[in-house]
Amino acid sequence: MNRKLYSKLIFELSRPGRRAYSLPRTDVPETAAALPDVLLRGSEPALPEVDEPSLVRHYVNMSTNNFGVDNGFYPLGSCTMKYNPKINEEMAAHPAMAGLHPYQPAETAQGALEAYFTLQQLLAEIGGMSEFTLNPFAGAHGELTGLMVIRAYHESRGDTKRTKVIVPDSAHGTNPASAAVAGLKVVEVKSHPDGTIDIDALRPLLTDEVAAVMMTNPNTTGIFEHGIPEIARMVHEAGALLYYDGANLNPLLGVARPGDMGFDVMHINLHKTFSTPHGGGGPGSGPVGVRKGLEQFLPSPRVVRRPDGTFALDAPNTALGSVSATLGNFSVQLRALSYILSLGNEGLKLAGPLATLNANYIKESLRNLYKLPIDRVCKHEFVFDGLADKSTGVTTLHVAKRLLDHGFHAPTIYFPLLFHESLMIEPTETESLETLDEFIAVMREIAREAAEEPEKVINAPHHTPVRHPDDTQAALEPKVKYSDLTAK
Amino acid sequence: MQHRYFPHTEADIKAMLQRCGVGSLDDLYADVPEELRFHGDYQVPSQMSEKEVRDFFDGLGRRNKQLVCFAGAGYYDHYAPSVINTILSRSEFLTAYTPYQPEISQGTLQYIFEYQTMMCEMTGMDVSNASMYDGTTATAEAMLMCVAAARKRNRVLVSSTLNPAVRRVIETYAHYHGVVIDEIPNHGGVASRDALADMLAKGDVAGVIASTPNFYGILEDLSGWADLCHQAKALFVIHTVPADLAVIKTPGEWGADIAVGDGQSLGMPLSYGGPYLGFICCTKALMRKLPGRIVGATTDDAGQRTFVLTLQAREQHIRRDKATSNICSNQGLMALYAAVYMATLGPKGLREVAEKGYHGAHYLADRLQATGKMRLAFPEDPFLNEFVMHCDFDIDEFIARCVAAGILPGVKIAPDRMLIAVTEMQSRSQMDELVKIVESM
Repeated sequence: MNRKLYSKLIFELSRPGRRAYSLPRTDVPETAAALPDVLLRGSEPALPEVDEPSLVRHYVNMSTNNFGVDNGFYPLGSCTMKYNPKINEEMAAHPAMAGLHPYQPAETAQGALEAYFTLQQLLAEIGGMSEFTLNPFAGAHGELTGLMVIRAYHESRGDTKRTKVIVPDSAHGTNPASAAVAGLKVVEVKSHPDGTIDIDALRPLLTDEVAAVMMTNPNTTGIFEHGIPEIARMVHEAGALLYYDGANLNPLLGVARPGDMGFDVMHINLHKTFSTPHGGGGPGSGPVGVRKGLEQFLPSPRVVRRPDGTFALDAPNTALGSVSATLGNFSVQLRALSYILSLGNEGLKLAGPLATLNANYIKESLRNLYKLPIDRVCKHEFVFDGLADKSTGVTTLHVAKRLLDHGFHAPTIYFPLLFHESLMIEPTETESLETLDEFIAVMREIAREAAEEPEKVINAPHHTPVRHPDDTQAALEPKVKYSDLTAK
Repeated sequence: MQHRYFPHTEADIKAMLQRCGVGSLDDLYADVPEELRFHGDYQVPSQMSEKEVRDFFDGLGRRNKQLVCFAGAGYYDHYAPSVINTILSRSEFLTAYTPYQPEISQGTLQYIFEYQTMMCEMTGMDVSNASMYDGTTATAEAMLMCVAAARKRNRVLVSSTLNPAVRRVIETYAHYHGVVIDEIPNHGGVASRDALADMLAKGDVAGVIASTPNFYGILEDLSGWADLCHQAKALFVIHTVPADLAVIKTPGEWGADIAVGDGQSLGMPLSYGGPYLGFICCTKALMRKLPGRIVGATTDDAGQRTFVLTLQAREQHIRRDKATSNICSNQGLMALYAAVYMATLGPKGLREVAEKGYHGAHYLADRLQATGKMRLAFPEDPFLNEFVMHCDFDIDEFIARCVAAGILPGVKIAPDRMLIAVTEMQSRSQMDELVKIVESM
């Protein structure tokens, strides 16, 4: 990426009369009928008028202000920023898929339906579940859908008093927020100092008002919840269901399946474990899987295989209803399908262990300089609680910003909330030993700087296109569109 | 085993295991109880080469039928300029995540700021967020905004002319969130303002969701709606089609508090249902209630104009179970898509697109009526590029004949009704062919 900022906005390139578009000729006679004035807008929108070369140069230059996985190491904890294979992009844009209308008859979209059906079967196999819906658009949408599935299940049994969901205090923020949107009350359960759920604290919370317990395993500190068989037993005895947040599924590829651990409902982030690009925040995809016996609570539309081998969209089911009009982010699903086929059984089984190896390698290489609050073998990620030496005044935020100077994306910072100076590192399996060694060397250098010349770290970054943006000014007087900038 | 996506050689693995103080990859999982371990093979095919993956998808592709598309119902076949794919393929955009580190994410933040600006221009609203998943979920979020803003009132009035697919999704959210939805009846395909007044008079309404163009393609005259809503202290939401806003009256001009809908009409590939983009724009007064990410401008320490995620106190990672939305991401790359599309077309191009759809749709509607076998279901109501035809023949048989001729004639919305859309993509000869099939019925 650039060190120098490309700062123009497209509106600043605009000159009346320029154009970047071409459209097919209108070959029908123009109708004489005109729309009534009351239905027309008063003035044309102030959109840019630019030519094609200027437009392309503008966005290409803008892209050089950015940093992606293809630029360098992106150890953003809990986000699984692995390499995004390029064949997947081509398959997602396959000309025989890209033009299909979501409402065209099923018999004219058999290939698309088969792609969906195949991916849902592959995910069911990998998750140890019975069936998946691929309709949810993102991880948080998957959580919401999964909680709705759980509520629909309890409602179907006439069990209407289950209005609570238990969430560990280490959970991702979306867990409690999804529960609130699904109309459930959140009860927080404490974690042990090692980040795992305190089973003794959980036991008394499991009343007949609990609809579900949501868990992330490995949890957000990267530790495997080894008490899971006991937890599953307790949750099921209490009549509740166990929900698996798939944000951290990656290290379990080839190792363990949520269905085998006793989870009833789960979601998977295709943009994490299955390598679809994060796209600056989306589009993602958050398929939801259920164990046997819960399939009828999945949202409609559902894709079914008929006895003759053809595929159909089933009639709307009334148990849950719909969380989307269509089958979800279809081209994202195609990328994940392409990825799973590329890895195959052998590649899948290796992905999890290599991700875990990379994380432990970094952890063991830096543990003498950074505070390691949980001294155990981690899975795909781990958390440092800032620098070991707290006397320098250098915080996690400073370390993160100094990493930017060295061409690395920062880890996730100040999450999980269990520690004051969380620095959450997830390298993924697609990083080489050399990259990890470079990162380790820089982290060591930052620790040295913190001790010997702390101002250098505290004032970082020094070499990025912009430095120390004023967040307070942004929030006090929000300027959220171009005319806010040009207004007096 | 060496796979092209994994850099690790056998020697690398050995050296790394040594640093970790374990003897094998398996030892890294010693804490996973043996009863939970998966030791077998996945029922997943053996790894494929790129060529094999390509062949697999080509095989799937051959089982799809490519059709000339007169279907709309919320999702329209528009031309996508080549520049869009070139720009979206830039790795710096494609492989970045949410711009948590503004110092190395100005590209993403700049295009979201451009997107927000253009959506405000199109909708006539003050503020846009950085985008939502799609139009259905964005409408559900608008409904939740109404209820959150109204505090104790939990009733939302929804026009019966709103797209039923959107309706189904908001019903699901409403059911679990404890929101009561009442339907505003329509007369001749247009929501009734008199009925709205009566329903509002009963009180306790948090919000009203209208739709123009509505599901039937009709442009509704929403004069007076905003006043009625505001007198009743209800928020006024308009669900709309953004491409059409190049010419039709904007939600801002109708006095809406929130504008919402699906961004697919901004040239996005139909792609069998997604990804598209949900947009949600609102008045300045509601800015701090708006869900999702918002990008704002500020300066850095050298005085350079800089963009950052702002107003984050609204978001789920801060508010957790007090949050009124659980949305965590945005539809980043699709927001870039929409921005580049609008920048490429500009105000003139978007107007031309709308006009081509308008003239094409009116030509086709006239020709179809002239067959005597179809008639406009709502002949009095103005439409832009989509209309409902009442059919005097078996629609399933008609669709089958069209598909055999390579045409998707529209969407069947009732046993005797078709919803038909025209854009700049269908030629006169394709329309004439559709007419010929109708004549044959």
